[in-house]
Amino acid sequence: MVMPDGRTEKLVIIGNGMAPGRMLEHLFEQAPGRFDVTIFNAEPRVNYDRIMLSPVLSGEKTYEDIIIHGDAWYETHGVTLHRGDRIVSIDRTNRTVTSQNGVTVAYDRLVIATGSNPFIIPVPGHSLPGVVAYRDLDDVGAMLAAAEMGGDAIVIGGGLLGLEAAAGLKARGMNVTVLHVMPNLMERQLDPAAGYLLQKALEDRGIKVICKANTKAILGDGKVEAVELDDGRTIPASLVVMAVGIRPSVQLAKEAGLAVNRGIVVDDGMLTSDGHIMALGECAEVGGQVYGLVAPLYEMARIAASHLAGDKTPAFKHSDTPTKLKVTGIDLYSLGDFAEGPDREEIVLRDATAGIYKRLVIKDNRIIGTVLYGETADGAWFNDLKKKQTDISEMRDTLIFGQAYQGGSPLDPMAAVAALPDDAEICGCNGVCKGKITSTITGKGLTSLDEVRAHTKASASCGSCTGLVEQLMTLTLGDKYNPAAVTPMCTCTDLGHDDVRRLIKAKGLKSIPAVMQELEWKTSCGCAKCRPALNYYLVCDWPDEYADDYQSRFINERVHANIQKDGTYSVVPRMWGGVTNAKELRAIADVVDKFQIPMVKVTGGQRIDLLGVEKEDLPAVWADLGQAGFISGQAYAKGLRTVKTCVGSDWCRFGTQDSTGLGIRIEKFMWGSWTPAKLKLAVSGCPRNCAEATCKDIGVICVDSGFEIHFAGAAGLDIKGTDVLGLVKTEDEALEVIVALTQMYREQARYLERIYKWAKRIGHDEIRRQILGDVERRKAFYDRFVFSQKFAQVDPWSERVSGKDKHEFKPMATVGYGEAAE
Amino acid sequence: MNWTDIGHIDDIPLRGARCVKTPGLTIAVFRTSENEVFAIENRCPHKAGPLSEGIVHGKSVTCPLHNWVISLESGRAQGADEGEVQTFEIRNDNGALSILLKAPMMVAAE
Repeated sequence: MVMPDGRTEKLVIIGNGMAPGRMLEHLFEQAPGRFDVTIFNAEPRVNYDRIMLSPVLSGEKTYEDIIIHGDAWYETHGVTLHRGDRIVSIDRTNRTVTSQNGVTVAYDRLVIATGSNPFIIPVPGHSLPGVVAYRDLDDVGAMLAAAEMGGDAIVIGGGLLGLEAAAGLKARGMNVTVLHVMPNLMERQLDPAAGYLLQKALEDRGIKVICKANTKAILGDGKVEAVELDDGRTIPASLVVMAVGIRPSVQLAKEAGLAVNRGIVVDDGMLTSDGHIMALGECAEVGGQVYGLVAPLYEMARIAASHLAGDKTPAFKHSDTPTKLKVTGIDLYSLGDFAEGPDREEIVLRDATAGIYKRLVIKDNRIIGTVLYGETADGAWFNDLKKKQTDISEMRDTLIFGQAYQGGSPLDPMAAVAALPDDAEICGCNGVCKGKITSTITGKGLTSLDEVRAHTKASASCGSCTGLVEQLMTLTLGDKYNPAAVTPMCTCTDLGHDDVRRLIKAKGLKSIPAVMQELEWKTSCGCAKCRPALNYYLVCDWPDEYADDYQSRFINERVHANIQKDGTYSVVPRMWGGVTNAKELRAIADVVDKFQIPMVKVTGGQRIDLLGVEKEDLPAVWADLGQAGFISGQAYAKGLRTVKTCVGSDWCRFGTQDSTGLGIRIEKFMWGSWTPAKLKLAVSGCPRNCAEATCKDIGVICVDSGFEIHFAGAAGLDIKGTDVLGLVKTEDEALEVIVALTQMYREQARYLERIYKWAKRIGHDEIRRQILGDVERRKAFYDRFVFSQKFAQVDPWSERVSGKDKHEFKPMATVGYGEAAE
Repeated sequence: MNWTDIGHIDDIPLRGARCVKTPGLTIAVFRTSENEVFAIENRCPHKAGPLSEGIVHGKSVTCPLHNWVISLESGRAQGADEGEVQTFEIRNDNGALSILLKAPMMVAAE
């Protein structure tokens, strides 16, 4: 909205969690451009799906998989996002907020979405290093770091979050004990019988569970070593996760003088006691209740957006939300009220051998609560009956068997889904009903689960309704929907990357048209996903015979520079091991002056980046750099990027080996090689690790006794320390092992798969076995890499300076400037 | 309206593109694997990415900045994305290419 003084109305949001994220989605849809939006996020990242932290912890998903809004989203909508900057005060008189970093921003409308804080039991030792909460990605990072070391973990709290943490840590190889203060697990969602079954299932997976366990103290000298219980027992642990509940984060609102109870008090339109300030999410209290599950938080988001857009009719109404436990292999569903009472009846089904328990709590012939364990497919149906207050007296005898049994004979599960009414809720997180899903599938012609997620949001949050959504897709699409076990490379083929790689070798396919013909590609010349992948596979497999397909490479690899948002390029000369000298620096300075390059920046890989070069100037820039002896730094390549080094034994008083020399030697040996994804290396001269080798694709830590070879680290969207591949005694051996590992990765990984993802899929032990355990195999990998380098080590810059691909850097014609085109 | 010569089809790589600069905008001229030619504005409707630098497949190009797929025939974004770019008529006379430009585009812009 344009304010009387001509500027756009300013909306400031404190917090960048799922609730405000969803609110903005609705708002941009209903009233695009109405607000100038600024977000302050105390966490240093974009909006991600917090419900999916458990799959990230267990390794089933990565951070990338759970991002809701990537950088592009904020850009598209013109949202200013302050990351890692917490708001410390609200000035309601002048309508401004001020952040920790001293940024003060004025608002017309303010939305507080500060979420909640984990509750930490204030027992002695609660602030020791090694005690973590389970709330955000940093907590997951801390747990993963601890899990890398192995050992014993204790989870305090046997609720939803605690059990998911326990299962995740177990999956990461730790010995896990759950301490729960109540007599049975998840007592707020489960009755004792279901709690017992759950405990048994967890114990079968090797997770110890101690109920009625009162923590007395956390013991340790400088870090966590054990937990002491009231009854005198002491349990060793190197990691303690506190998952005992959350408290709405209200401090900021309280200090600003807003009405605060357990949460920030809001009306059913999400307005606080100040007419310019709204609150939503876990920090808000509406109708005397605070919420922690996603469905009501998303409902708040919908209402807040509507009110901001000017439609004040929607009002928040309480409704029960089903609870599901996201531990793979344990199916559990609970909903509503299931306490016993004189006016209540119950129907129970138990099958201890099959591990099934179902209980319905009924009042006046209507379902008021449900607990399902082991078989939860009927949850949606029971929820529907409860919500609609359906009188169940007619089907009482068969009710507990589920929907398939209503009407005498058992139906197949598909028929059960078919029989659901159109307004039956399928996705609890996003409040999506059956009719919306089926009509969108038909209306938009959707055929894949990802498309359904993109268009309807169903199964896009916690994912536990995926099965139901897939059944709906089968119902709606019939045979056209085929939930293939292998993810195809792209829509041009049904084959996955691994099959394509295997068949290229097996059938001796040596060109992209040959691959497409023989493997029955569905499109005439592929797409932007499969063509670069096929080009890489062929380059890798037939280095001497395959002619690189220029038009199947991404622009950066075609023009050997990195495209920037404005269409200009950045140029990075190779600086072996990060070492340079006065002559090189002078040459760079001259190029910067001559071509008026607007920005010069040092990169994370110890190189110098020249940003803002016009495409037409590239060959001339390279020519000048080439004169000074530079070749392309390949900072754009899915290939060897950089080898970072520290100064090592040449200069450093701690250096154990010549790390600079080794880094330069590796880089000179490996430059020019293409790999499935970018490959970054580092060599540190001692375990102090100044070259940060332990978060690289491949790293070396020099020690007195030789060279420790590390691999499979990550420091991008994912953060992961490396694993040790092994220790070798000489530089020669170090080089051979690194080269062999690289070649194994080149031959086996899928295009765009970084080394840590590939290693996780193949298994670190398998890699150790092939590279260190099998000398002949290592030698063969090494030899194939050396052979391939004969064709790869050609400086692309000097090639282009001497005229290769010159069409790329000139327009075809220039017309309309008063002269005829050439 | 003016038919303007821009060069020969062999100046453009197969499954590639070249640019024609005019005072108002830059036009990307594409040559598909089937030797068809298309001319569209060199500016993705999403974030103004240079479409001529994208990967050409079928009768589409994928923008190098954020992977929007633009139809060379209609200029429209494909898939779930929405938006379109201007298209220009192009003539292929035994390999000699010319495009139809509107008169205002021929006026030098300062």
